[in-house]
Amino acid sequence: MSRYNLDYLDELEAEAIHILREVAGQFEKPALLFSGGKDSITLVRLAEKAFRPGKFPFPLVHIDTGHNFIETIQYRDEMVARIGEKLIVGSVQQSIDEGKVVEQTGKNASRNALQTVTLLDTIQAYGFDACIGGARRDEEKARAKERIFSVRDEFGQWDPKRQRPELWNIYNGKIHKGENVRVFPISNWTELDVWNYIRRENIALPSIYFAHQRDCVVRNGQLMGATPFLNMDEEDVVVSKKVRFRTVGDMTCTAAVESEAIHIDDIIAEISHSKVSERGARMDDKVSEAAMEDRKKGGYF
Amino acid sequence: MNILKFFTAGSVDDGKSTLIGRLLYDTNSILADQLEALQNANRKNDDGTIDLAILTDGLRAEREQGITIDVAYKYFQTEKRKFIIADTPGHIQYTRNMVTGASTADLAIILIDARNGVVEQTIRHTYLVSLLGIKEVVVAINKMDMVGYSETVFNAIVTKYKALALQLNLKQVTYLPVSALKGDNIVHRSGQMAWYDGKSLIELLEKVNTEEQQQGPARMPVQWVIRPQTDDLHDYRGYAGRILSGSFKVNDKVVVLPSGNRSTISKIEFFDNELQEALAGQSVTIHLKDNVDLSRGDTIVNASAVPHESKLIEADLCWMDTRPLGTELTYLIQHNSTLTRCKISELIYKVDINTLEKHNASSFALNDIGRVVLKTAAALAFDLYGDSRQNGSAILIDSRTNLTVGALMFRAAVE
Ligand SMILES: Nc1nc2c(ncn2[C@@H]2O[C@H](COP(=O)(O)OP(=O)(O)OP(=O)(O)O)[C@@H](O)[C@H]2O)c(=O)[nH]1
Ligand SMILES: [Mg+2]
Repeated sequence: MSRYNLDYLDELEAEAIHILREVAGQFEKPALLFSGGKDSITLVRLAEKAFRPGKFPFPLVHIDTGHNFIETIQYRDEMVARIGEKLIVGSVQQSIDEGKVVEQTGKNASRNALQTVTLLDTIQAYGFDACIGGARRDEEKARAKERIFSVRDEFGQWDPKRQRPELWNIYNGKIHKGENVRVFPISNWTELDVWNYIRRENIALPSIYFAHQRDCVVRNGQLMGATPFLNMDEEDVVVSKKVRFRTVGDMTCTAAVESEAIHIDDIIAEISHSKVSERGARMDDKVSEAAMEDRKKGGYF
Repeated sequence: MNILKFFTAGSVDDGKSTLIGRLLYDTNSILADQLEALQNANRKNDDGTIDLAILTDGLRAEREQGITIDVAYKYFQTEKRKFIIADTPGHIQYTRNMVTGASTADLAIILIDARNGVVEQTIRHTYLVSLLGIKEVVVAINKMDMVGYSETVFNAIVTKYKALALQLNLKQVTYLPVSALKGDNIVHRSGQMAWYDGKSLIELLEKVNTEEQQQGPARMPVQWVIRPQTDDLHDYRGYAGRILSGSFKVNDKVVVLPSGNRSTISKIEFFDNELQEALAGQSVTIHLKDNVDLSRGDTIVNASAVPHESKLIEADLCWMDTRPLGTELTYLIQHNSTLTRCKISELIYKVDINTLEKHNASSFALNDIGRVVLKTAAALAFDLYGDSRQNGSAILIDSRTNLTVGALMFRAAVE
């Protein structure tokens, strides 16, 4: 393909749109997993580019941990109203209430691990055969190994040793009943590419991505937002800091970074010079060397 | 700024992962927390320095065994260019993963262990590079530190490889003596090899010209038909797809395949923009003047340069499944957005990887490569792989397992 006339952002965009349209063409019941973070917000813009003026051929699915930032939920609801697409919410609280999962206890308790169960239940309840996600290969070393069309078995498990060959731009979406495919259209984007794209496309983001004053506590060298969801004890000292979030997940597992970046240009400058990766701010990845691989094998995003 | 996609190939332990780690390390592309993880890792080099290979060996099983099992993708950029690297496994058992990484690449780096020279996997991977139509090849002769940085050793390997390149008709080959472990000639020129006055690897990668032909006949497989069916967009029908080659302009005369219906482009849209022209690589929406029958799997092509259309196709095949190819079986074949059934009606030859000789074959087993004739249930509209990597390639799917079992490169339409 003679793709060299295209600027790199145009090329990444065209590739992602191609992947989204393959999902539409190959599956009966796809869904777009929407977390409210910048990567899934980018996916929504790409879906608009792929399918407008038509409707999206899939609903948005949000797995709500109940511990989300309020800003994320607000953003989600406003966005859904603006684009006029269907939103399905899978609730971790409901999974807890139904006794399907048990809330973690202790200081580092988080609902991050519990979401997998809610996700798999939601997939099963609606019979989704493909779930589009915003994961990128530059995020983490196990993700760097995953195919763009990544097949999951009936239990949602990823088997890294049995991945299908993925050749040229041909995506094999054939699956058996009960299996599903996770599709990652922005696999080849880096964190900086996403930010440059958001700037170019003038996409609005939840305010937590920009520097703001927030009460925080220091945990394992990381700044965590002091929220009612974080189990705190006398050792935790609350300090007010000017921070922003680089990645947005659950409030209990996403750390803030000190920052003065109030404009997207500041953020791009900050990331370009950063000495720490995006995932460095995720407590869930710090657990062990293979934390992400193990979660994916268990059905995680 | 544009993107260069490249991959590393070569035999097990030739140092592919280490080379990529070194490239990232010496271009300051490794961030502090990743470096910290490397320093804390159990796997270390013998002299206690950090093992750069674990940057890409991201799976538990890989770190435990010290080998690469599946492709890892890494991203970095210099002031001149953006790079997407595929680190592929050297082990023969995982050749299909190597082909996965190679199929989208513009350039191949073939590593050779200076102590061992050209070995079977070097030949296999070089052969795959030539089959896959990757024009730019960098031969990195690695572990020069273990042969005393000897020019004689280097030259002997170059001579040997040149014969192979000639046989396989590879024209753009550059040879480079390196030590991935010590960092010689990766980003920094080596102080150990005064006899070598060429570029370092990164200089080569930044410079290499991958400008492919913008020409080529206009092709767009239709992936999806956009039909809002709302009151104000009642008659809207947009054909969504990515242009494989060439370009389409408004008012161009086109043919839709396989139906053969003719029409004219009335409008080209990209989201809320109208375009006068759309180029290869772009994902757009095309509108036609006439209401022709058109759905996913059809291809819109320029009326004055139509592709081959045939149910009998001669193709090179890389077999990627542990179950052997069955000539009595029906497989699915996926070519762009077209999915149909096919049989392998003839095995023309299989290639012996050691000698590159062609032999008669009665079956293809895992990792076998050769030439076949396939018979498809519906005619495919295709170009030859040598003219178009996109429209000249397809995959075979075993409908019992749904696995991708073969990579096909079309070489001729059988009349
Ligand atoms: N002395 C020396 N050792 C090297 C050099 N490059 C790699 N090695 C060592 O060779 C061994 C294999 O290196 P890897 O980078 O894992 O090899 P690989 O080609 O990626 O192997 P597979 O992916 O499993 O095919 C490791 O112990 C490296 O430290 C080099 O330039 N000099
Ligand atoms: Mg390796």
